[in-house]
Amino acid sequence: MMDALFLADDKLSAWLGELAAARRVLVPVREREAVVFRPYAAGVTPVLDRQANVPPKASVFPASEALMSFRYTKNPENLGQVAVEVHETIDAPPTVVFGGRPCDARGFLVFDRVYDTPKIQDTAYKKRRENTLFVTLACDDPQNTCFCNVIGSSPYDATGSDVLLTPVAGGYLVECASERGKVLLESKLLSDGAAKREEAKAVHASSLAALDPVWDPSPAKAKLIEKFDDMGFWEDVSAKCISCGACTYLCPTCYCFNVTDERTGMKGERIRTWDTCMSYLFTLEASGHNPRPTKAHRLKNRVGHKFSYYPEIHGGPIACCGCGRCISLCPVSVDIREIVRLSIERPTAKPENK
Amino acid sequence: MTTLPNPYIPEIATIIETVQETPAIKTFRVTLNNPERMKSFRYEPGQAGQLSVFGVGEATFVINSPPTRMEYLQFSVMAAGEVTSRLHSLKAGDQIGVRAPLGNAFPYESMKGKNVVFVGGGIGMAPLRTLLLFMLDNRKDYGDISLLYGARSPEDMAFRYDLPDWTTRKDMKTVLTIDREAPGWEHTVGLIPNVLLDMNPSPENTVAVTCGPPIMIKFTLQALKKLGFPDESIITTLEKRMKCGVGICGRCNIGTKYVCMDGPVFTYAELKKLPSEL
Repeated sequence: MMDALFLADDKLSAWLGELAAARRVLVPVREREAVVFRPYAAGVTPVLDRQANVPPKASVFPASEALMSFRYTKNPENLGQVAVEVHETIDAPPTVVFGGRPCDARGFLVFDRVYDTPKIQDTAYKKRRENTLFVTLACDDPQNTCFCNVIGSSPYDATGSDVLLTPVAGGYLVECASERGKVLLESKLLSDGAAKREEAKAVHASSLAALDPVWDPSPAKAKLIEKFDDMGFWEDVSAKCISCGACTYLCPTCYCFNVTDERTGMKGERIRTWDTCMSYLFTLEASGHNPRPTKAHRLKNRVGHKFSYYPEIHGGPIACCGCGRCISLCPVSVDIREIVRLSIERPTAKPENK
Repeated sequence: MTTLPNPYIPEIATIIETVQETPAIKTFRVTLNNPERMKSFRYEPGQAGQLSVFGVGEATFVINSPPTRMEYLQFSVMAAGEVTSRLHSLKAGDQIGVRAPLGNAFPYESMKGKNVVFVGGGIGMAPLRTLLLFMLDNRKDYGDISLLYGARSPEDMAFRYDLPDWTTRKDMKTVLTIDREAPGWEHTVGLIPNVLLDMNPSPENTVAVTCGPPIMIKFTLQALKKLGFPDESIITTLEKRMKCGVGICGRCNIGTKYVCMDGPVFTYAELKKLPSEL
């Protein structure tokens, strides 16, 4: 860990300008009512005093991308003979995600265990991951929907980040959080920040104290399985849900996708798009059979995946970063914390006829 | 840092032959266009592949030719949706994409020395065909082999080119059945689970392998239990809607198991441990 540095407020745009000279820099900006990540350009004012509505998931896992392109060619000698060629298409520009929160950076740790394994590597994801650095901003004002402390993180957790900024009087304490992060800190705009360390520590402590008390979600791993056939429970907790899928699209750790082909004339692309397990169509089979026919079945899979299946498969870690967007942005206020707690606390109904 | 090949890029293959198996099922025999890849291509009985019609999409099918017969890879496709319908319009010489092999395989090694009862219904015969031909090609490794293959009607019976061999060879016992009497049908009539009970195979040192429509599997499992087969000796294959085929897209899971990676082959004992989400 190198020494702490300091970035004064009035040098922020100059530093972003320096960073953006060599790479794409995504910053949170206001777009109508929402705060979303967009490429930085001179004159853009990042919104750093609140969590962005949309996580920077798309920086590494775009909402829509071509997995490959294809082209058909007719044999001029025999027009009935058509050959097809396929080309890999990967767009992985060097990127810095600036101003995301610790939960946003940690979200990709959940992806990594699935998208980059000894057996299978999602090539586009892996290349983007390698080309993306995270300059993360510690939270100084957690919301009542935040629960990073519950999933084993904190408002100033630097895990998964390359640089950690902490807001202090007049600017930011800048700390290197990874070997890769050093390259971002060679700027003359950054000065010695040693004197700001204590202040930053106090910010961290007060943020942590502002969160709701911590509780242990780990018993849910077994309890959710125990409740699998307790459909009364699932119908109860999903009653409000309108199957809109906002929770999954706004989730930094949801990684499911769909694949569709788009063809125009003799060429086209195979497109990967975000998909949601909250949709009826997600598991609908060609025969008409659907293993998850109701929203209760689908919510069960979503919560089960995050708090039971994933920890079981990957030896412990929960597939949730505690950012709280699925709670704060749910149009009907479904609260995943409440479902997980109820799964632990409420007795499991005995199945009928057994 | 290891870099593996892009798992989503299909290999281009040529359809060398098609067989209209039944009104709804068409079989495609394909070879990979890269002769080196075709030569080095390895898979195990039970493994699947994704076929691409570029511009329409991809769908998953089992490779139903055995690795002991590598002149082509055979896939049988029942027309059910967009990709399968478009596949049905293709002919010899047309180019498709293949991503294979995917998923796990039948435990053909641990089945050595055992008797095997195959129970296939309709298109569910496809995965069984791979294992059956593999075992017939390695006949001395296995004990008694019997096959119960059923379809709704004689017209719905696929792999008819295999039947003369399967019904006449001395080293296996074959029972063919259809649901209702039909003119010219010389074999058994009756629903698969009932015919299976009549066949009364001994569970002693025997593995049962079954695949077919869900309702058939359900009653076949009950029949096998009635006959005394332990859960560990009953093997089936599952189908789910799949996209990536490599355990990433998150579509085909049943609890912690991904049918595309951990399956499609499961023992009944394994199925019983899964959450009830078939």
